Amino acid sequence: MTDIEQSWAEQIREAAASKTPLRIRGGGSKDFYGQQLAGTVLDTRAHSGVIAHEPTELVVKVRSGTPLAELEAALLAEGQMLGFEPPHFGPDATVGGCVAAGLSGPRRASAGAVRDFMLGVTLLDGRGNRLHFGGEVMKNVAGYDVARLMTGSLGTLGVLLDVSIKVLPLPVAEATLRFEMDALEAVAQMNRWGGQPLPVSATSWMAGVLTVRLSGAEAAVTAACAMLGGDRLSEQAARAHWQGLREQSQGFFGGEAPLWRLSVPSVAEATGLAGSQLIEWGGAQRWVRTEQDAASVRARASALGGHATLFRGADKSVGAFHPLPPGLHTIHQRLKHSFDPDGILNPGRLYDGL
Amino acid sequence: MTAATASLPENALREVDYSQVDVARLIGELRAVLPPVALLHDSEDMRPYECDGLSIYRQVPLAVVLPGTEAEVAAVLKICHAAGVPVVARGAGTGLSGGALPHAHGVLLSLARMNKILNIDPLARTAIVQPGVRNLRISEEVAPHGLYYAPDPSSQIACSIGGNVAENAGGVHCLKYGLTVHNVLRIRGVTIDGEVVEIGNHGLDAPGYDLLALMHGSEGMLAVVTEITVKLTPKPQFAQCVLAAFDDVIKAGEAVAAVIAAGIIPAGLEMMDQPATAAVESFVHAGYPLDAAAILLCESDGTPEEVAEEIQRMCAVLESHGATEVRISRDEAERMRFWAGRKAAFPAAGRISADYYCMDGTIPRKRLGEMLTAIQGMEKTYNLRCINVFHAGDGNMHPLILFDANVPGELERAEEFGAAILDLSVDLGGTITGEHGVGIEKINQMCRQFNVAERQTFFRVKAAFDPKGLLNPGKAIPSMNRCAEFGRMHVQGGQVPHPEIERF
Repeated sequence: MTDIEQSWAEQIREAAASKTPLRIRGGGSKDFYGQQLAGTVLDTRAHSGVIAHEPTELVVKVRSGTPLAELEAALLAEGQMLGFEPPHFGPDATVGGCVAAGLSGPRRASAGAVRDFMLGVTLLDGRGNRLHFGGEVMKNVAGYDVARLMTGSLGTLGVLLDVSIKVLPLPVAEATLRFEMDALEAVAQMNRWGGQPLPVSATSWMAGVLTVRLSGAEAAVTAACAMLGGDRLSEQAARAHWQGLREQSQGFFGGEAPLWRLSVPSVAEATGLAGSQLIEWGGAQRWVRTEQDAASVRARASALGGHATLFRGADKSVGAFHPLPPGLHTIHQRLKHSFDPDGILNPGRLYDGL
Repeated sequence: MTAATASLPENALREVDYSQVDVARLIGELRAVLPPVALLHDSEDMRPYECDGLSIYRQVPLAVVLPGTEAEVAAVLKICHAAGVPVVARGAGTGLSGGALPHAHGVLLSLARMNKILNIDPLARTAIVQPGVRNLRISEEVAPHGLYYAPDPSSQIACSIGGNVAENAGGVHCLKYGLTVHNVLRIRGVTIDGEVVEIGNHGLDAPGYDLLALMHGSEGMLAVVTEITVKLTPKPQFAQCVLAAFDDVIKAGEAVAAVIAAGIIPAGLEMMDQPATAAVESFVHAGYPLDAAAILLCESDGTPEEVAEEIQRMCAVLESHGATEVRISRDEAERMRFWAGRKAAFPAAGRISADYYCMDGTIPRKRLGEMLTAIQGMEKTYNLRCINVFHAGDGNMHPLILFDANVPGELERAEEFGAAILDLSVDLGGTITGEHGVGIEKINQMCRQFNVAERQTFFRVKAAFDPKGLLNPGKAIPSMNRCAEFGRMHVQGGQVPHPEIERF
């Protein structure tokens, strides 16, 4: 163990002995996400740096406190990228926070989510044990997939030390097209295109405009542009559009109204909730700005076959995440207890009691 | 018990003795919840279930049950849970690591009768299937919609989708299209106490911990899967394959790295060494160059324009990295011929040798040369031949160790040879299993790849789903006792692992 790892392990053991919560924190860019922030801050930013980047292996191994921007710059220099296009939500975002929050950007529906790219992890559990799972290879079925389990667990199961992530080459060519249509037709169109061998890498719909990004070989993008039609955006406008969605910096995300994220089957009908909406991920992610009560938003999400997250909102007392059915809740409690028997790691950030 | 082991389930410490089962009572209870056709307990009837694809391990269980519905699965599990009887789930039995080897004092639960495709939604690109559905059948059924199910393990004609989930199966196209875990949206399953759980959903994510990822590759140790929603992929319009020959395996390995470095993700990227090409050539006549030390198969798929562009880039890289010959498939028939050889590697090994033992280590691609050189040395050490086929794109190697079980000592040497390859895989920064699973076969090597605290974590994860440890006990995760014994044996050397297990 390095000095930092050693000192964190001691800090965890002391916290466990005295049952005082620890609040694991990188740059704090996602402090708004999830439920309560409780405990003494364990700042991960001192544990920083790319450990190994083998462009020909399509793998990067990186310490959890590394700024996400630094990692992306290192990949870019080799013509590579994080396939899941993660949101930063601020200049100080870290790799550990990115994995712990498990949030993916516009490319998610075509390339996969954070969890799909996770290959390995080293972590400290709630006993202060240093544990390594997975590895730096693409295929690995030795033992349970704890590396993916860490993704999106919001620091409730362990303190990430380093992660190994599969990376992708940058697409050779990209183009963004725009079409005017209503939400219903846009969702149908996204699904129809999704069923064809087209290089669609992102979709969005808002206020009567469907926007589609194509990424891939030059010939494939050119052929798809000719086939789909629509108005092609300039490179600059295209970049601004997708960046605005990824970082939630565009107008839809401004203001104070609660922001709900509904994750539903891509073919789900309209949410029917009051307020404005923005659709992504080929129809599978629906953002809604609504003052409607949590119970009715969640009931609607369930009815559509999905779930609803109170992504940004002043009052998280209704629970940030969709309640779990009893059977799964029990498994969650047991998993939490197995990694963190004293309940000191980010308690209550994901669910009350976890 | 020390403080460190205080919270561990008993099976984490040692193998639990389940021999005190009241068999007559168990059979009676099972009979009450299953139709007659779904319960076998005569040892001759159970013989077909005594092993999976790793036939050197065989064991007849107490009973074989073949439930036809989720309710029957739940009823069986409730009975076994109450009686403290182990349950081993089985799909098509094509697994290569003994994961579905029955337990001597347990029930074997075959999902073969749950083989219906429940729903196909072409617009959403999903299919809901029961676990006993064969992998290839999904692609066949959805073909009219221009879709297919992407993961294609080489046993796809026979293997079941439930087994694919249990092993997180891959295939030759997984570098581009992902493993089973990337292509499943939702699972319904039954935990050992008979409770039905739904993990994942028909959207792209689910709230809470990623239990869906945990279920993949869990070798039937967390829950019994009863329903699976798979993601379907649009069929590429066109595919073409490049066959490149090299006069040196290291050069071939470097060419693989160069293709990836050029920013190309081939649809498939496979390598075979000379003994492997020789073995398949005499069998399927794929037209492979027999004088090459290694050949690469590099595939591109997509629109015709896209494929033309990518094939050109691939050829340029391969030629500049020392390929002595580069052939591009001229038509679909030739492309299929190129692949026929690769896909026939296992049966071809069976033709040139009485028996063969297939390994499954994964290593970082850049260590390939070291591994192949070491394997050549091991061939001399163990006096056995080994032919190498390799999912080069993702570093997953399948050395096939050739032996004759009728020659005294050869099976033992083959197993030692295999263990040496797995040890080296770990040392080179890889893993003991890429896609076949640990099962019973590689359980001792788990002691090498994971330390005590990591193995304890696995047992605790299992206990979160299965507190009594009744689902597939003794597989995948070795008890602390077993690792201690293995450590001692390893030091003494020269002994056969698992002397308690019958050999055939």
